[in-house]
Amino acid sequence: MKYKVPIGPIHPALKEPIMITCEVQGEEITGVDVTASQNHRGVEWIGMHRNNPVQSIYLSERICGICNLCHPACLVLAVEEIAGIEVPERAQYIRVIEAELERIHSHLLWAGVAAHELGFDTLLHYTWQVREKVMDILELVNGNRVTKAIMMYGGVRRDITDDLKPKMMEMLTYYRGLFSRMAQLFLEDKTIKMRTRNIGILTKEDAYQLQAVGPTVRASGVPKDVRQDVAYFAYPDFEIKAVTPDQLTGTVVGDTYDRIVVRLLEVKQSLDIIEQALDEMPPGDIASEEKIPKLLAQIKKAEGEAIGRHEAPRGEDIHYVKLKKGLDTLYTWKVRAPTYSNIMAWRPMLMHHQIADIPIVAASIDPCMSCTNRVITAGSSGEAILGAEELHRLSVEKTRRMTP
Amino acid sequence: MFHVNSGSCNGCDIEIVAALTPRYDVERFGIKLVGSPRHADVIAFTGPVTSDLADKVKRVYEQIPDPKVVLVVGSCGISGGVFHESYHLAGPLNKLIPEATCVYVPGCPPRPEAIIDGVVKAWKHLEEVSQ
Repeated sequence: MKYKVPIGPIHPALKEPIMITCEVQGEEITGVDVTASQNHRGVEWIGMHRNNPVQSIYLSERICGICNLCHPACLVLAVEEIAGIEVPERAQYIRVIEAELERIHSHLLWAGVAAHELGFDTLLHYTWQVREKVMDILELVNGNRVTKAIMMYGGVRRDITDDLKPKMMEMLTYYRGLFSRMAQLFLEDKTIKMRTRNIGILTKEDAYQLQAVGPTVRASGVPKDVRQDVAYFAYPDFEIKAVTPDQLTGTVVGDTYDRIVVRLLEVKQSLDIIEQALDEMPPGDIASEEKIPKLLAQIKKAEGEAIGRHEAPRGEDIHYVKLKKGLDTLYTWKVRAPTYSNIMAWRPMLMHHQIADIPIVAASIDPCMSCTNRVITAGSSGEAILGAEELHRLSVEKTRRMTP
Repeated sequence: MFHVNSGSCNGCDIEIVAALTPRYDVERFGIKLVGSPRHADVIAFTGPVTSDLADKVKRVYEQIPDPKVVLVVGSCGISGGVFHESYHLAGPLNKLIPEATCVYVPGCPPRPEAIIDGVVKAWKHLEEVSQ
């Protein structure tokens, strides 16, 4: 006898509204269906109809509150490419530092949530206490704990001055000192190992086929990292190599445990990047154009399309932007957040595991619904699934319509 | 306290969790996050309330025993914030549940201290009502 277990959209185990329907036979999961869109707020529409491009930076930060640098980063990268806006070298370094600070805070946050999903609340509290250190640095640099408001076309809005450096170095020493303890707590603990080893396996083939991104795909042994593969910001100056779990454990299993390993190693990698960036940051301006009306005028004159890519803590984030001459808003703005690619991996991960494994496996891709929910079907009655045949029929009909 | 994400960007949500964890540790004041609306006195909403969630938000609100207070965390639950004018909003919250007693915590996102202050205000109101 098969049953359907609905989880969500509002459920104490979920931090965000999403609907997961699992088909179970006894304790075993035999089918998984995901319904997103509860968190759709029409961000792209606002960016294309109401806001000017500078206001859209502010809006893009509110796509996701956790990785609130990656969306503005992609947007400014795309618009800068279209409008041909130069970015000073120092600003590129500050962007790198901010992006890596975000990665540290996001990965620590995730580690805490993962511990909570396993019922290990002491570790949740410990990790979140440790995380407050990076939150203090973010507040020191940006003036706010969560949203950073640092990105601007042609540079950044605030400088990292020399008097901030000692505090940041202190943070680096603090986290480096903690690394072995964190590794011991997360990787050697018997309970965590039991609950995560060989649970939620995503094979390398599945990872390729499902186009997963970020730590999810790297844990399956695919060395894919935008910071390594694409030259943007000041990243070409750093020797960044995609983190795969075999660097620490010697093997790649692609399970939940490996995803913990990858995130831990990435925190360490981020610390190294921040240290190098602080050392090598060149002097100079932090923005090529400080007057916003002038910047807006330049963007208004621009025409073309571009894609901005950035390695967010959860994986590759992409923004597609099209500008039209004389238009006050963005002509087209399309956001493809990392969770959108990773969410499909839930199915192979969850199949044939137990109901009790759903929370930790679901959390292991670090899902972010507020990033993902870009589409909504409004006012429809019932579902419509278009198969290959149906699509072919529609295509043939269109050809007939267009050729009288 | 019961927490519902009504279409939030997670910014307020992580600050609510930050308030629970050791730096701010609200449990020492007797504030506790519960797993069911039926155990709660205060319900915290984060986010501008998307149309998809309007019905669910109302249903969760109705499940809380009286007397109850709604804590609206973040600017977008108060006025729609940066998302106002969007086509997919049923909020702000006082439009959706006009009869609710609300405590507003503005900010994008508000600091954990502000959230704690909001809960204390709600608590005081509940004490006054029950006397």
